[in-house]
Amino acid sequence: MTAPVSNPNHPKRAVHAFHGGIHPPEHKVDSNQTPIATSPLPPRLIMPLQQHLGKAAKPIVAVGDHVLKGQRIAEADGAISAHVHAPTSGTITAIEDRAIPHPSGLSDRCIEIRTDGEDRWIELEANEHYETLSVEEIRDKVRGAGIAGMGGAGFPTEIKMHPPQQDKVNTLIINAAECEPYITADDRLMRERADELVKGIEIMAYALQPGECLIGIEDNKPEAIEALKRAVGGTRIEVVVVPTKYPSGGEKQLIKLLTDKEVPSGRIPADIGIVCQNVGTAVAVFRAVRFGEPLISRITTLTGDQISRKGNVEVLLGTPIQWLLNQYGYQAGNPERIIVGGPMMGYALNDPDAPVVKTTNCLLAPSAEELPLAEPAQACIRCGLCAEACPAELLPQQLYWFARSQEHEKAEHHNLFDCIECGACSYVCPSAIPLVHYYRHAKSEIKQHRQEQEKSDRARIRFEARQERLEREKQEKEAKRKARAEAAAKAQAAKQAPAAPAKPVETAASAPAQNDPKQAAIEAALARKQSSNQEAEDPEALKTALDKAIAKLDKMLDALEQAKQDNPDQVEKLTRAVEKNQVRVNQARQNYERALASSNTQAANTTAKAPPEPKELPSREQLVTNLEKARAKLEKMSDALEQAQSEQPEQVEKLIRSVEKNRIRVEAAERALAEADKQEDVR
Amino acid sequence: MLVLTAIITLTLLAIGFGALLGFAAIRFKMQGNPVVDQIDSLLPQTQCGQCGHPGCRPYAEAIANGEDINKCPPGGEATIQALADLLDVEPMALDAEHGQEKPKQVAVIREDECIGCTKCIQACPVDAILGAAKHMHTVIESECTGCDLCVEPCPVDCIDMVDVEHGLSDWKWTSPDRSMLIATDRSSTEYGRSTNAA
Repeated sequence: MTAPVSNPNHPKRAVHAFHGGIHPPEHKVDSNQTPIATSPLPPRLIMPLQQHLGKAAKPIVAVGDHVLKGQRIAEADGAISAHVHAPTSGTITAIEDRAIPHPSGLSDRCIEIRTDGEDRWIELEANEHYETLSVEEIRDKVRGAGIAGMGGAGFPTEIKMHPPQQDKVNTLIINAAECEPYITADDRLMRERADELVKGIEIMAYALQPGECLIGIEDNKPEAIEALKRAVGGTRIEVVVVPTKYPSGGEKQLIKLLTDKEVPSGRIPADIGIVCQNVGTAVAVFRAVRFGEPLISRITTLTGDQISRKGNVEVLLGTPIQWLLNQYGYQAGNPERIIVGGPMMGYALNDPDAPVVKTTNCLLAPSAEELPLAEPAQACIRCGLCAEACPAELLPQQLYWFARSQEHEKAEHHNLFDCIECGACSYVCPSAIPLVHYYRHAKSEIKQHRQEQEKSDRARIRFEARQERLEREKQEKEAKRKARAEAAAKAQAAKQAPAAPAKPVETAASAPAQNDPKQAAIEAALARKQSSNQEAEDPEALKTALDKAIAKLDKMLDALEQAKQDNPDQVEKLTRAVEKNQVRVNQARQNYERALASSNTQAANTTAKAPPEPKELPSREQLVTNLEKARAKLEKMSDALEQAQSEQPEQVEKLIRSVEKNRIRVEAAERALAEADKQEDVR
Repeated sequence: MLVLTAIITLTLLAIGFGALLGFAAIRFKMQGNPVVDQIDSLLPQTQCGQCGHPGCRPYAEAIANGEDINKCPPGGEATIQALADLLDVEPMALDAEHGQEKPKQVAVIREDECIGCTKCIQACPVDAILGAAKHMHTVIESECTGCDLCVEPCPVDCIDMVDVEHGLSDWKWTSPDRSMLIATDRSSTEYGRSTNAA
């Protein structure tokens, strides 16, 4: 680590140093010699809904709508998101997946606008003096303008304009380093619009109230430094010139350079009271607050040997990259290569029809000689140059081995996630190993693994909660059943005590809780036989059960019919099901008729629940007994009726009903017997 | 006398340490088997039962008791490797008897065909199906583990298992470590994407 060098421009301010760094060829003069041009209006604009970090915006227009320049066409979804505005007036022609500038080469949802050439603005709300607005209003304006960090990451700016909760912001740093080779968008912006930039910084400072406000700029931009110094005259803003070294424009590196503070691993600058903003963002904030203009254009560097008119252009967001480059004399090289961003951190574009978005600071179309393709990787010779170059003070070599052998845990222990993917290690590697690519791969693997782990943890919790619930339900049911059985046994004991019935039956009746349902039902039936003179109970439940069973049988028959036509492989299954249901219906009918006459509470409960296993058909003997009993009862009833007719006229009606019921029962018993006989014959 | 002193001293020490150990055994008793928890955390928690156990935890317990580690198709090779590392045993190939390793899937109910029988709800081990009797059911996609236990009970076969869609949100950088014997075999796009441009 080198000792702080004093800054000649600001004697008090010492510029510190960060570890590592490299000095790649700058290639800045290629594009910073001409003023910022304005790109012509393309016939179509493609606005991706996600041009920022966070959640994609939600479209609020429909296909066919006419929109004006600056009109909001998609709304931020949630806190970390940003609005999208129409960059010019025209008609919405599509809302669909289109190619977007992304290293994956995947498509994403975009809104396509056919421009009408009028470039007609929507009404804007200008504001001469930002001091008249409250901080809250300023933040609303910034959010309303859909501004996202224009340095490359695209973090929604409004969020960074909230001071951290725990303490105030000590330092507001404006990142003007622009350390990556080839890119000169910020350089030209500072030269030409320094006043707007300074006003933008003042607005941000007004919202954040920082202790100090610094602009960090590399010393390879003397014209921009001059312009800035002129513009900051009379303000508290301080221009700090730092030596040119890649990647001094990295947020954490610039913080180290200017304040000698380090952002702790896994934290953000706000945690140590620092907020970093890009110069382009500051200008956008100024325009949003002063003129009410949303973010609809940006300054992009067009450079590389395949472009004949290199320079910076102010280009509308959504302009297709291929179309834009063609306006500036682009000749596709061999192999065709368009790099979004700079040569160090940029990525090759898969589909040149992808549009310019809020974070597109540079489009580089190099020739093969200018930026040769990566050589095939050789074996690592453990030279350690990467560790010397790493600005994050990591051990790239170790990380490489761990990433390669999929030892993600070890890679994490070696602080893989502190890697800023600047590419310095890959640049110095004599074996041309694509180190950063390994880290990116390992990072995405780890992230995916974390997501999966999170999901499986959630599944486990849900599974365990379900198991617990089922267990609890089972226990509750068991407890209820036991309580019922006990109550029934007690009732029975009370009834049978005076009648002195056979003891073994009673014990059998009180024990159904321990046995399987079939056994329980048989015992219940036996008990019923023994105590047929018990109080009659409401047969409604059984009636419903019978109706249900019949309905189910009908349904099954229908299904069978249909299955015979549609899928023959189901027929057998359904036939079995129909038989089962037939048995159930018979059983339910019997139960019902029996209950009509007399039955005990427990038996009713057991049968009404329709035990899951079908009971076997009652034997013939049983049926005969049933029939005989029913007939005897009918006779008894008829006698009683005759007697009542002469003695108790008020009972007659009741008894007639009983007789009727008994007659039905007898008929049913006869039917059952006949059926049993028939089945016997069939066998 | 000296011998006696030695014996008494050692006996006292033995009693003292014995008491200490006995106390520690009760005071610091581990609840449950920590290995089972560790194994359980490596299993994918689909609760699919393809291993022959009613859920992931029972299988974890079985593994702790010496069962083979290659019976989990949803976890696949990665899970077998992780289990082998944890238990310090040789990784083995997935037992084909229990199924093949498949891409991640989720269940989707064709909602206009659903008759509302609730059978799938009862089958779902993680309560990821929502609905009521005689009303349409639907799968909560984010909670579905893709175990396909709901497919079989459906009387009208209206549940499909579909592969999980991959999009921008779960896009991953590919590994640069592909065997590229001859550099010129690489396509141009691969060049551009496989490295930093520099």
